[in-house]
Amino acid sequence: MTKEVRLVNKKGIRTDGRKPDELRPIKLEVGILSNADGSAYIEQGKNKILAAVYGPREVHPRHLALPDKALLRCRYHMAPFSVQERKSPAPSRREVELSKVIREALEPAIFLERFPRTSIDLFIEVLQADGGTRVAGITVASLALADAGLPMRDLVAACAAGKADGYIVLDLNDIEDKEGTADVPVAYMPSLNAVGLLQMDGQLTPEEFEQAFNLAIEGCKRIYELQKQALKAKYLAIKEAVEEAEEK
Amino acid sequence: MTSSTISRIRQSQIAQLITSGKRLDGRGLMDYRPIQIETGIIEKAEGSARVRLGKTEVMVGIKIEIGEPFSDRPDEGVLTTNAEFVPLASPEFEAGPPGEDSVELARVVDRGIRESKAIDLEKLCIIPGKKVFIVFIDIYVLNHDGNLIDASALAALAALTNTKIFKYEVKDGEVEIKSGFEKLPLVNFPVAVTLADIGGRLVVDPWLDEEEVMNARLTISFDKDGKICAMQKGGSGTLSPQQIIEAVKIAKEKSEELRRLVVKEG
Repeated sequence: MTKEVRLVNKKGIRTDGRKPDELRPIKLEVGILSNADGSAYIEQGKNKILAAVYGPREVHPRHLALPDKALLRCRYHMAPFSVQERKSPAPSRREVELSKVIREALEPAIFLERFPRTSIDLFIEVLQADGGTRVAGITVASLALADAGLPMRDLVAACAAGKADGYIVLDLNDIEDKEGTADVPVAYMPSLNAVGLLQMDGQLTPEEFEQAFNLAIEGCKRIYELQKQALKAKYLAIKEAVEEAEEK
Repeated sequence: MTSSTISRIRQSQIAQLITSGKRLDGRGLMDYRPIQIETGIIEKAEGSARVRLGKTEVMVGIKIEIGEPFSDRPDEGVLTTNAEFVPLASPEFEAGPPGEDSVELARVVDRGIRESKAIDLEKLCIIPGKKVFIVFIDIYVLNHDGNLIDASALAALAALTNTKIFKYEVKDGEVEIKSGFEKLPLVNFPVAVTLADIGGRLVVDPWLDEEEVMNARLTISFDKDGKICAMQKGGSGTLSPQQIIEAVKIAKEKSEELRRLVVKEG
């Protein structure tokens, strides 16, 4: 396109006032939907995303059941009102692909072999999209899985890095995602040093890729700490409520 | 997802061999299977190619039509990529709407072509905001023996190199097709290289049985200048950051090898 957008100014500050290696403000909540076995909510920048887990439960249709482990199913979906121009609620090809790669990022975290012949159904609903919804979706889904009490090898933290106006930047927002040079979403399990999701689009030299990839891992580690806090906060609140009740 | 189409004995045999640096089909860990490329095999298509990668066989046909541009890109042609897992290609394939694997395949191939800006889409604009050329890349899997991404990306690139566009004239806002053809404005040559992690070791070009055993795969697409233009990790296992950096180095080298098969002057 002919229209040039300035994504990073001369002082190295981005359109939303961040430094290149800074995350957007993140708010995480755990256990917010009463019907689901596990649920969580994330706000990252203007992203607003809900995740819910049902299961382990009986598989429907039955022939999909696996004899040696649970079947993890994942649906990433964007609400029609989540973007500027209304998105048709029917699943797009993008959503089909993202559902697959998100599932593949989370599968290695769960001890699926403990629940043969069952299904674990994960639903991610993007209520408002602001760039980086797949990674924010993984971050919040991982909390929902933990909230469902599923035994996990680690929490999965996810974050993107990329290139905008010549800078390697962390956690791309909507316009950096659209107008930037490259986007590298990564999902990572810090305790296992294992990468479960890695994609890239745009143009990067191998050296730039390594820089962006390392920055994304760094972002994942910071998000991981926030995830642990959010998970603890839920149980702390319960503990306080119990103690209060006991005092009465 | 590990399916049960090959026996556990064969699975462990493949994995054990790889830990000792060998492969069941006799290849080295960094060797591709033999590759055959034919182009211009479908006369009715504006471009076409067939790639055989060992026993994997993929055909790509390119059709060009006149249509409307996207509203946010009024002066650019449109590129769309679709992949069909034809039921004759594998006992596992079924007729019906595209599944997630074929959607992924099409999108990864598309990403390589789009992000490397292989086609000069601005040259495909006929009347800005009204009429542009639409390039349809249709990937047709004819025999599935693993590594469909690399075979399809190579077939798509080969087909694009022999794609022709009909000549036209604009008269009073109407497009008139004239006789004769021009070459598609192809300015970059993206190539995808897929590596699989089996038992902690990386191999290139996994065949079907190896795909059943692998932890995870990583596809890396390089453009003609040695820049990465697309990546996709697949499979329900994980990779370590060290493996990923190593994979980038291997894939860069391999991508140059593959590109030479399609682009003689490069």
